[in-house]
Amino acid sequence: MTLVATRPEAAVHRPKRLRPGPRIRLGFLVGPSLLLALWSVTSATGLLDPRFLSAPWTVVTTAAELIESGRLQDNLLASVWRVLLGLAFGIPLGTLLALVSGLSRWGEAVIDGPVQIKRAVPALALMPLLILWLGIGEGMKVTVIALGVFVPIYVHTHNGLRSIDSRYVELAETVGLGRGAFIRKVVLPGALPGFLLGMRFAVTTAWLYLVVAELINSTTGIGYMMDLARTYGQTDVILVGIVLYGLLGLFSDAGVRLVERRALSWRRTLAG
Amino acid sequence: MATDTRRLIRVEALTRRYGSRTILDRLDLEIEPGEFVALLGQSGSGKSTLLRALAGLDGDVAGDGLVDVPAQVSVVFQDARLLPWQRVLDNVVLGLDGAAARGRESLAEVGLAGRERAWPNELSGGEQQRVALARSLVREPRLLLADEPFGALDALTRVRMHALLRRLVEQHRPAVLLVTHDVDEAIALADRVVVLDHGRIAAEQRLDGGRHTTEIRAELLRALGVTGEERT
Ligand SMILES: Nc1ncnc2c1ncn2[C@@H]1O[C@H](COP(=O)(O)OP(=O)(O)OP(=O)(O)O)[C@@H](O)[C@H]1O
Ligand SMILES: [Mg+2]
Repeated sequence: MTLVATRPEAAVHRPKRLRPGPRIRLGFLVGPSLLLALWSVTSATGLLDPRFLSAPWTVVTTAAELIESGRLQDNLLASVWRVLLGLAFGIPLGTLLALVSGLSRWGEAVIDGPVQIKRAVPALALMPLLILWLGIGEGMKVTVIALGVFVPIYVHTHNGLRSIDSRYVELAETVGLGRGAFIRKVVLPGALPGFLLGMRFAVTTAWLYLVVAELINSTTGIGYMMDLARTYGQTDVILVGIVLYGLLGLFSDAGVRLVERRALSWRRTLAG
Repeated sequence: MATDTRRLIRVEALTRRYGSRTILDRLDLEIEPGEFVALLGQSGSGKSTLLRALAGLDGDVAGDGLVDVPAQVSVVFQDARLLPWQRVLDNVVLGLDGAAARGRESLAEVGLAGRERAWPNELSGGEQQRVALARSLVREPRLLLADEPFGALDALTRVRMHALLRRLVEQHRPAVLLVTHDVDEAIALADRVVVLDHGRIAAEQRLDGGRHTTEIRAELLRALGVTGEERT
């Protein structure tokens, strides 16, 4: 028997719960599952014309066929590799620029403007120039992704860095921290929440820019597979590609969030 | 020089201005090595301004004057000011290399042995302030500056912290400048109480046991501009 149950009803004052409540396991899958259910129901009842949008099971069988022929794996591998390379260049670049620009006024004066300009220019508008400079090979594709990735990393890390409480800076001064220790103990951990938010945008952005890069003169990759399917009017293959992009984006985001929860375990926030 | 660390702490003709307002006006103050000085003053009288000048934290404030303090100065702020992303022990030894063992000892001194791996957020307000105290003392300061370190604590915890502070100060023997708005706290802890008013040290009382504390208390309250009727 619990203590609460023995109390008279009137004595139990329950404060209003303003927090979102306990964490739901695999909660990030709930919304996508509902979408899938809706898609299945409308396909099964014939509400959705298969020429317009293939049914989920058609997508599954098509995917199975594609896997059997090895096309899916090959293309997926090519795409994943591009994204990884793009992230590998884009993340350090964004972080470094954010650090330099966040820690020195001159750095900010030099770096911040150009980054904001890059932000304002649509990726597609840059493509012709990049193709002229780098050709249509892998280098161009990875560059497109890296250029897309570094922007959110820069913006959010910079913002996180600038919002570090000045009282902590004062503390660092009184205990006589050197520049290096200051960056390691105060700046980087303080900017980490911002950086990780940037990461969440970065991983989804990476897949976005991948599509842009792969639809232009590729011979491998999910984008290429979809473009080819478009020529032959195979909606099911196109859908396999879309579902793949969606899944990859969803799982990359979930991955970053997992890291976020681990790395920021010191925080007591609304999210808990 | 070894003798240097035991010399007088001196503030001479210290002036600090915010815009056209002069907060500290040619203020003089001397603190003996190992002496515990409490600084009283009305809100806005410039106590924190003086403390920040001694801590060297006011590089951007206009003014002049001489501030002669030892190299090892520690500050305890009103908020515990622990880095939330560093565990308790790492906060204590922040900026000290290979001082983990000393940090542990220091935490034990403030009664927090076993909490080394906790996050600051997991501690109570009083515990956080004790960690801040450990962080200050592990540096073996010659001058300990504290700006209302117990202001945010409840009365019971405050009394406990007073006893702790007194014990630690007796052990480590730093000179102390403690800012407080609480006359009784000042009398309970300090060797000497000074009152800041109009930018100067307007009154001072030594607590060497020669006189009755009620008398000293009355004089300090008068110096703080508290009239007879307001006194309780
Ligand atoms: N950064 C600042 N810019 C402008 N004025 C300031 C600044 N800091 C303090 N002052 C002013 O200087 C005066 C003294 O401030 P100070 O913080 O030293 O007071 P205090 O004695 O510590 O007061 P309290 O007991 O309320 O903490 C106040 O009138 C305050 O408004
Ligand atoms: Mg103050």
